[in-house]
Amino acid sequence: MGTEIKATDIKIKERAFPIVIVGHIDHGKSTLIGRMLHDTGSLPNGKVEELQSSCDRRSAPFEWSFVLDSLQLERDQAITVDSTQIWFHTETRRYVIIDAPGHREFLRNMVTGAANANAGVIVIDAEQGVSEQTRRHAYLLHLIGIPQVIVAINKMDLVDYSEDRFKEVEAEMTAYLKEIGLDAQAMIPVSAANGENLSRKSYKMPWYTGLTVTDALDAFPRVAAPVERPFRMPVQDIYRYDGRRLIAGRVESGQLEVGSDLTVWPTGRTAKVLSFESWATPKEKATISAGESVALTLSDELFVERGHILTLPTAGPRTANTLSVRLFWLSKTPLQRGESLTLKLATAEYDVVVESIDTVIDVDDLSRGRGHEVIQNGVAEITLRCRSNITYDLFYDLPALGRAVLIDGYQVVGGCIIEGGADVETASRNLTAVPQSVSSDERQVANGYPGAVLWMSGLSGAGKSTLAMALQRELFNRNIYVYTLDGDNVRNGLNRDLGFSEEERDENIRRVAEVAKLFADAGMIVISAFIAPTNAARAQAREIIGDRFHEVHISADMNVCESRDVKGLYAKARRGEIEDFTGISSPWEPPENPDLEVNTGELSLDDSLGKMVRYIEQRVLQAKDKAISSNH
Amino acid sequence: MDDLDALEAQSIFILREAFNKFEPLGLLWSLGKDSCVMIWLAKKAFLGRMPFPAIHLDTGLEFPEAYAFRDRYSKEWDLDLIADDCPPLEEVDPSLPPDSRLAARKSLGLQQAIDRYGYKALITGIRRDEQATRAKERVFSPRGVDNSWDFREQPPEFWDQYNTDFPPGTHVRVHPLLHWTEVDIWRYIERENIPMVPLYYAKNGERYRSLGEMGITLPIKSNATTIAQIITELDETKDPERAGRTMDHESEDSFERLRTTGYL
Repeated sequence: MGTEIKATDIKIKERAFPIVIVGHIDHGKSTLIGRMLHDTGSLPNGKVEELQSSCDRRSAPFEWSFVLDSLQLERDQAITVDSTQIWFHTETRRYVIIDAPGHREFLRNMVTGAANANAGVIVIDAEQGVSEQTRRHAYLLHLIGIPQVIVAINKMDLVDYSEDRFKEVEAEMTAYLKEIGLDAQAMIPVSAANGENLSRKSYKMPWYTGLTVTDALDAFPRVAAPVERPFRMPVQDIYRYDGRRLIAGRVESGQLEVGSDLTVWPTGRTAKVLSFESWATPKEKATISAGESVALTLSDELFVERGHILTLPTAGPRTANTLSVRLFWLSKTPLQRGESLTLKLATAEYDVVVESIDTVIDVDDLSRGRGHEVIQNGVAEITLRCRSNITYDLFYDLPALGRAVLIDGYQVVGGCIIEGGADVETASRNLTAVPQSVSSDERQVANGYPGAVLWMSGLSGAGKSTLAMALQRELFNRNIYVYTLDGDNVRNGLNRDLGFSEEERDENIRRVAEVAKLFADAGMIVISAFIAPTNAARAQAREIIGDRFHEVHISADMNVCESRDVKGLYAKARRGEIEDFTGISSPWEPPENPDLEVNTGELSLDDSLGKMVRYIEQRVLQAKDKAISSNH
Repeated sequence: MDDLDALEAQSIFILREAFNKFEPLGLLWSLGKDSCVMIWLAKKAFLGRMPFPAIHLDTGLEFPEAYAFRDRYSKEWDLDLIADDCPPLEEVDPSLPPDSRLAARKSLGLQQAIDRYGYKALITGIRRDEQATRAKERVFSPRGVDNSWDFREQPPEFWDQYNTDFPPGTHVRVHPLLHWTEVDIWRYIERENIPMVPLYYAKNGERYRSLGEMGITLPIKSNATTIAQIITELDETKDPERAGRTMDHESEDSFERLRTTGYL
């Protein structure tokens, strides 16, 4: 049956081409859409009759715009409340129209609809001419990244189909579009109410020889996924299945093959791509590319979390703590300098402060002025500052990582495109930037050994605390500066705001790692005794602490640990009285390549201790020789 | 990447956002074609296992074929199925027209599920092309404390940056299929070979185009026994998809009333 034509092969069944129709409230957008649906035969049976009889009941004249205004409330108010999506088709393809309401206060709805469009139609009333709203909509189309537009100069019937009037409006609009950098593919004189130049050529305007609206739409190319651009994949989530970590996200640009090196931003760490994972796909994937939602595994347990960006080692993104953005503001409350907001860029969220409002743009006459605030529906160039580094691209390079929304509390209050970035010294950076007056090497020479972190992990009951205390005593007796960080002394103080959810456990470990690093920087040997159940958590600790990190796996079989149950915790967990108990009701991933493994199920306490002391003698205490010799 | 791949990728992205941001999360499974496609997409998004329950709001009035389908595929698809009975008809607003009252039992069942299991968000399979009021939906759509939908005050949603932070007490509907059309759904079912309740395929000159409860869902005249024939039929028809759902047409605003008070 190889010759059977499947429905999926039929060209007209391709995904609908999304277009947005914008313009001043009374310039006839809905009429244009309603009439175009009718003229292309795209209306369901009975729709026009249904509306006509509804109008008769209300003793109101029928209008084409009623086709769209299917909500009763809208008919009562005679305005389109929200972005509406309507499907229609020409002979070449299907379309989905986003009817963007012109009413000023509904601009957020227009942005909502328009941002998904591949092309825009700007409708202008030939009699009224170009209005402030027309210009605002055109400006926003450009700002949200709509690459192609046509202009329909409507209600030509009201100006007696006058070529002169058309030319006037055309000239005015062309001049405005040129100034904002938008190039209209066509300017078409139409009468939507009468169907002139919509889907058939008008005999009333023989002076016009260009395309009809539907022909002009059919001429728009589809916006292709940016496969040829540098690879970018914002991390959406991490899933753990069968002991494997799958990194999930959508490829925003470029392509990637199995075996490629990948760099994680902002950490800058690199690993190889092991596999692309999927379910119910015919064959295993060797390549992924822009537009695909994927899941992948890496060769190393790097610290990766939501918000990180994966790229190839070359052609990476930019990073900066200060961004210059062009903003459109949607909130009723004006934006002011110094305000704190959340910047959502791809899957990352950053706390930012409005450093300055640099230029307020009047989209009507395009004049640029200084201003101390941005009002609702206003456009401005502002500077945002973040305490950490933001990973981004410039909007004109790679839109997906070059645009962001701004959130105030629970509300999306604006959108912005990134036009530049800079690394500006901030107070918090200066703190870390001050060079220590005593270097690590000097401390090492003075102490006779380098600072180090012995990161012990293992199940509850494996003997971490017992061993840690014995080891601490042993080292202290040898005049070594040593300190033990354990769950109790950290959880009761520094981390008393944290609970035991997966996120809070990760944060607990992150803070412990930062503290351990400071102690080790100060020259101490730090013993940390935490469960740290996942490879990811330990990978993050290793990343924070760096070369001084020594991973020690205190291993003992689950049943050994449970039979010890010194604190009675296993019994409680088995009774369901403790949620998220590692090994029973929450996962335990044993370390894969620890620097040292101590099996307390097989070794006595003395032997276990001896094994750890020998390791420290060889790997930490004797390391001084190297450091000292390199100093001379 | 063809257009079905693009639709699939977008829906997977939405499902993963929902799973990352809301806990507890559930998926409403009506047993109809759209929610079956949605479960399929969820299995793709989460590599074979849907990590949240499939909730069937059971009125006791589904077709026998639908119950058989539920019992079989909740096992085959390894679903965590929750199928509680909806509250009885007596509890429904008596001012609604009769068939809308039957449908409104689902709204009560939905509220009951939210109260009982505390869902922060529920994933549903509505599409913009189905019905005019659904065309106005957001992908992440907040509901008030009484589960009501304020379509006049919806948050902006653009550049795939979905609103996922809401004040306490807000309940969210997530719509991963909002951008699909009826024909897209069938083309995807064909490509992926997704099992469906057999009532969608013609028997004795009739088939169901939209599947609801017995008594308030009417079949259409059709000889389409294969997906290719269904797609051809849809290409030629100008009848709306929900023509066979009697409650939509009882009065001019009946479906709109159902939706603003919490119906899907």
